[in-house]
Amino acid sequence: MWDYTDKVNEHFRNPHNVGKVENPDGEGQVGSLACGDALKLMFKLDDEGRISEAKFQTFGCASAIASSSALTDMIIGKTLEEAEKITNKDIADYLGGLPKQKVHCSVMGREALEAAIYNYRTGKTWSKEIEGEVVCHCFGVTDKEIEEAIRNNDAQTVEDLTDTCKAGGGCGNCIPELEAILKRVTAEMEAEKNKPVQMPMTNLQKIHLIEDVIDREVRPALRQDGGDLELIDVAGDIVTVRFRGACSGCVVSAITLKDVVEARLKENVSEDITVEEIK
Amino acid sequence: MKTVYVDNNATTQIADEVREAMLPFLTDLWGNPSSMHTFGGQVKKHVEAAREKVAALIGAADPQEVTFTSCGSESNNLAIRGGAEAMDKPLHVITSKVEHAAVSGPCHYLEDRGFRLTKLDVDSQGDLDTGALVHEVKSGKSLTSIMWANNETGVIFPVSQIGELVHEFGGIFHTDAVQAVGKIPMNVSELPIDMLSLSGHKLHAPKGVGALYIRRGTKVKPLVLGGHQERGRRAGTENVPYIVGLGVACDLAGKKLSEENDRVKAMRDRLEQGILACCPGSRVNGDSMHRLPNTTNISFDFIEGEAILLMLDDRGICASTGSACASGSLEPSHVLRAMNVPGTAVHGSIRFSLSTYNTDEDIDAVLTELPKIVQRLRELSPFV
Repeated sequence: MWDYTDKVNEHFRNPHNVGKVENPDGEGQVGSLACGDALKLMFKLDDEGRISEAKFQTFGCASAIASSSALTDMIIGKTLEEAEKITNKDIADYLGGLPKQKVHCSVMGREALEAAIYNYRTGKTWSKEIEGEVVCHCFGVTDKEIEEAIRNNDAQTVEDLTDTCKAGGGCGNCIPELEAILKRVTAEMEAEKNKPVQMPMTNLQKIHLIEDVIDREVRPALRQDGGDLELIDVAGDIVTVRFRGACSGCVVSAITLKDVVEARLKENVSEDITVEEIK
Repeated sequence: MKTVYVDNNATTQIADEVREAMLPFLTDLWGNPSSMHTFGGQVKKHVEAAREKVAALIGAADPQEVTFTSCGSESNNLAIRGGAEAMDKPLHVITSKVEHAAVSGPCHYLEDRGFRLTKLDVDSQGDLDTGALVHEVKSGKSLTSIMWANNETGVIFPVSQIGELVHEFGGIFHTDAVQAVGKIPMNVSELPIDMLSLSGHKLHAPKGVGALYIRRGTKVKPLVLGGHQERGRRAGTENVPYIVGLGVACDLAGKKLSEENDRVKAMRDRLEQGILACCPGSRVNGDSMHRLPNTTNISFDFIEGEAILLMLDDRGICASTGSACASGSLEPSHVLRAMNVPGTAVHGSIRFSLSTYNTDEDIDAVLTELPKIVQRLRELSPFV
């Protein structure tokens, strides 16, 4: 027996916005009888471009019906741009969560919304093939949907993919391909995560980083010539230093200041940094 | 709210007589039947009396042909794995595509260990392709395991004919009769059956006890080793209270066989006809000529089984579905798919299974509530 939340039970037993919209502005249908669930969504816009009416018809289990009902509640009153931002996770959250094996019901809601908006904008009927290549033929799941399941729903195994978008839940012939997509997308996500991100630094982080750069990249070179450098102050992007030892009397210290110290700090800390010397 | 329990192929209520008979063995008579002292030893005769009752229900010539197990699944494992491993050389395992997982599981286990496995098809009525069976058994000595009656549709297989074919070519025949025992008359001593599995909780005994009939002379390697119990076929101190309960349940089932095939069957037929009459777009799955008297499996077009079940549940009615959504996987019933039942009908299939504890009021309740549910869900469906 499924552990459905009260909200799922409530929306299943007394679904909101059941039926058809007369002369809808947008209409989308996803799923099929053979797949075991299907959802048809229709909406009408008011003069301000907000969804004034949304209705659904669903063939499916309790969580499919509840997800459809929740979706209509969520989009009424929104502009299409606002509605488009709704993810399947938002639908599941609205219902207080769905059992893991039922996440695909919320994905079906998200897809029906996409399909209906596509229909409004283009006048055409949406089909999955528009946006990708079908990988799982039993349930007609495209590579794009699989990638979304991995990126947005944290699917990490073939089993997770089946729960999320049904891919691989039928004959199983596509499982090697699913594994390949999982491997590729996971590697891509890993690479994206490791890319240095430009985050605004706190003052403290900035000072530590400047000290670190001076220690690693500047001081060893100066010391070879019997000199040294002292960090005096950091005020915004202005870094004040004082040369010590051999450097303090060196005629080329001004060049060292710009070409070595400032250059390294610009490269490693911030483009905006200027270095000033006090004697 | 009154519970209307029409899911007896899943499990059954424990008969009062069974519970009463078990109680002394959960209170005063807790000895070990293997003990030499009177306190323990006196329990043994109750285990043997239960064995006789089980043997009587299935028509075994000798009670010693009955081995007690912990459940129907264990019986199937013992028969298939134990039976195959006791045969001379790697051989051919033949089964059907509509078996319970407790049979297909051990069959696949053997396949992984070098046995050749053949799974026979069924037709759209759920009847076995006996032509293919003839072809397969000819190819060499086999261990064939085919269920007596299907748990989802109630379709009864021709076990006598199957057993004769298997024996003709020197094979061994096991039947999973978990759904058949207690529902239809049987006499294994006169049938070409070498092993037969049964389960207590399908016939009003508690969960946790089963039995395997092993015809005298049939070799079976035990799965549970390390004790002399059950003539060395299953080690472990006997589960005395449950074995006693199973005995009483078999006794009761024997007495109620005619009621099962007459009053229960009449209720089932009234339920089935009533549903077909008041729910357009519904159909019965499975051969209604060769079928258990208590089971009906009905598909409803354009609506989904889990939703139907939950709405029945709201009204206190307990049934089952072959829908994928209720199972936790995306795979709907392997039985209905093997029968080539169209996808939509598989997703919208509901099984009702009755017992002698059901009443005409139960049938009335289902017939009152179900059409409203079907209509309600069809209002939601985009395909109507």
